[in-house]
Amino acid sequence: MLNYVKLVALGLVFLFAALAADWGRDLAYQVHALIIMAVSGGMFVWILRRTDERTSMPDASGYMDGVIRAGVIATGFWGVVGFLVGVVIAFQLAFPALNIDWAQPFANFGRLRPLHTSAVIFAFGGNALIMSSFYIVQRTCGARLWGGNLAWFVFWGYQLFIVLAATGYVLGATQSKEYAEPEWYVDIWLTIVWVAFLAVYLGTIFMRRERHIYVANWFLLSFIITVAMLHIVNNLSIPVSIWGSKSVQVFSGVQDAMTQWWYGHNAVGFFLTAGFLGMMYYFVPKQAGRPVYSYKLSIIHFWALIFLYIWAGPHHLHYTALPDWASTLGMVFSIILWMPSWGGMINGLMTLQGAWDKLRTDPIIRMMVVSLAFYGMSTFEGPMMSIRAVNSLSHYTDWTIGHVHSGALGWNGMITFGALYFLTPKLWGRAQMYSMSAINWHFWLATIGIVLYAASMWVTGIMEGLMWREVDDQGFLVNSFADTVSAKFPMYVVRGLGGVLYLSGALIMVWNMWMTIRGGSKVSAPVGVPAE
Amino acid sequence: MSEQDIDKETGIETTGHDWDGIRELNNPLPRWWLWCFYLTIIWGIGYTIAYPAWPLVSQATSGLLGYSTRAEVAEEIARFEQKNSALRTELANVELAALSENADLNRYAVAGGAAVFRTYCSQCHGSGAAGAKGYPNLLDDDWLWGGELDQIAYTVRHGIRNEVDADAHWSQMPAFGEILEEDEIGQVVQHVMALSGQEHEANLASQGAVIFEEQCSACHGEAGLGDREQGAPNLTDAIWLYGGDTDSLTQTVTYSRFGVMPPWGDRLGEADVKAVAAYVHQLGGGE
Repeated sequence: MLNYVKLVALGLVFLFAALAADWGRDLAYQVHALIIMAVSGGMFVWILRRTDERTSMPDASGYMDGVIRAGVIATGFWGVVGFLVGVVIAFQLAFPALNIDWAQPFANFGRLRPLHTSAVIFAFGGNALIMSSFYIVQRTCGARLWGGNLAWFVFWGYQLFIVLAATGYVLGATQSKEYAEPEWYVDIWLTIVWVAFLAVYLGTIFMRRERHIYVANWFLLSFIITVAMLHIVNNLSIPVSIWGSKSVQVFSGVQDAMTQWWYGHNAVGFFLTAGFLGMMYYFVPKQAGRPVYSYKLSIIHFWALIFLYIWAGPHHLHYTALPDWASTLGMVFSIILWMPSWGGMINGLMTLQGAWDKLRTDPIIRMMVVSLAFYGMSTFEGPMMSIRAVNSLSHYTDWTIGHVHSGALGWNGMITFGALYFLTPKLWGRAQMYSMSAINWHFWLATIGIVLYAASMWVTGIMEGLMWREVDDQGFLVNSFADTVSAKFPMYVVRGLGGVLYLSGALIMVWNMWMTIRGGSKVSAPVGVPAE
Repeated sequence: MSEQDIDKETGIETTGHDWDGIRELNNPLPRWWLWCFYLTIIWGIGYTIAYPAWPLVSQATSGLLGYSTRAEVAEEIARFEQKNSALRTELANVELAALSENADLNRYAVAGGAAVFRTYCSQCHGSGAAGAKGYPNLLDDDWLWGGELDQIAYTVRHGIRNEVDADAHWSQMPAFGEILEEDEIGQVVQHVMALSGQEHEANLASQGAVIFEEQCSACHGEAGLGDREQGAPNLTDAIWLYGGDTDSLTQTVTYSRFGVMPPWGDRLGEADVKAVAAYVHQLGGGE
């Protein structure tokens, strides 16, 4: 019976998408309508073929790992895509001729840049967070994912969001809000998927067989809830027409800017920090085989982090139309945030107490430790850059880009690689990764890549900041903007090379994952039994 | 908490929880961490008292130090204005022809003029001063009203064909659509194409030469070299304000053109007029 309801719904969606493809006012909207048509049509046929057929009930005992396996593959895939686009745009900045004529306007820097940021943050990072939260919440609650196939809806719904967002950027649909570029209907779809994600997650926590909720789950839950709130408020907009992609923001002027950076900063805070701390709190103690260093520290730094982060956004708008008081508060909360952020680093690193020797033998632990080191460095650098006087030098320069990448490549990337190396053998029932030396290669390529990236951006960022503010004795600017651009050229090449190294490391990882999944001797998967 | 559980490696008590094999040590908060945390909080309270910070009902607290970012910028601008005030007075009174003799003053004029240009002139002439259709390119050595420092300053001060300033440059080309027949205009256009060394139809052009002499040479000169007294463009070079192809020329001859530039003398003041003239003069085409 349910199948008939689904068929009717899919049929209606198909018809609506067909109308939208015909009446659409812009290319991105029409292409999106065609994608929705293809997806709903495909699902219609798929369900139709299964209707009234005898199907075997899936095994609903034990953990639900199929969706996590899919998530692991998606994380690897989107990671490579995101890093590749990053390398392309890095070289576009060094060599503008790479904005190739015949590929315009689709492949210019302006359209590829959000493609890169969204691919790494939301596609790579988002899939890593969704799949690892599904893994962690089951293991630490001793319960199967709640909601049956809802977890699969979350997975495929999220991939559809990624495809709609990515094609939208290339075809020119954007809200022009950094990290919130997708247009209104893509935002609505993400909201639906995210609420389903929250339902699966909360449902599983309610069904838990452990009395206490593990710290990783506090972080992951705060990430899911806060991202939902940020996403909805920052994307409040009114479509110009339901047959077109363009929409108009509800807020305007400095209110819009403030909302955007309240969102933007907390996307970093709750997506890239709190969410990934949740991953860290599971995978580091598991891989090290050691207890978490301090329960008290995890409580205090969790609540301090959650409370303080949400106020720090105005530091993105120093010296703008934003009133001075808001800018002061943003800066002060950012600096008070320093120690709560470091609480996670201390708890992660000190968990290795008694297992430091593993740094020599286990490249996965090494990756996690480097990840925590970069986490500590970026969460020191961030508060420092939020200081008004430092910001007057660093803002709008490549220093910011360097800061973001030492966090993203170092912290988010490395902890995700560690998680993928941990999960791949476990999920496919292998004793270990296909090649440990390949992990070592990945480790060194990625680490050197990050160092090249961050160091070159510090140099050009500070140089550019100093050049911009340089005035002669009569008070006139000494350098034109173009002067700073040409002075940065060598560092842009170094940055691109850093990206190439990081990308090659990721390609080695994907090959290693593929070989692990494909071959090797199968060992019985350790099915977790909740402790009583 | 369940019964006491001691971690063997460190000898430290755990909380007794166990999730999928993960336990937690019951270590206290690291002292240095806690003290740093307290210090940042105390510093934060102090800072928000000293600087504008807390929003109240109608406005925010202004802070004990009375700091504001706008005041900071205003102060910096005032500092340089005071420092440069002598140069400014000197610039307002200088004979432009003698400007290059005073290196310091010249540097001030050119750099200050660049700022004036980007603020007031770039909207029409472009940020690089290369102009656009209808707005002269200021980088070349082709001048409608003269390219010497004083001539440029005069143009800036009074403008062109505006009704605000009685001393504005003024000239007006007739719309020959009301004077000549269509085929005659075609012939004149062919002659102008010939003058500027472009491909043309020779027999039409030679007929056009007669009409040109009658109708156009009074302003543009018999050889088409133009006349700066009247702002009449030189037609023999490859530089065109409105385009040098047949269609554009036909349009120009038939309907005429009437480019306007506002007078800047009152708005900018003497020092800035001279500064922007000095800037434009040194762009490449100054005479």
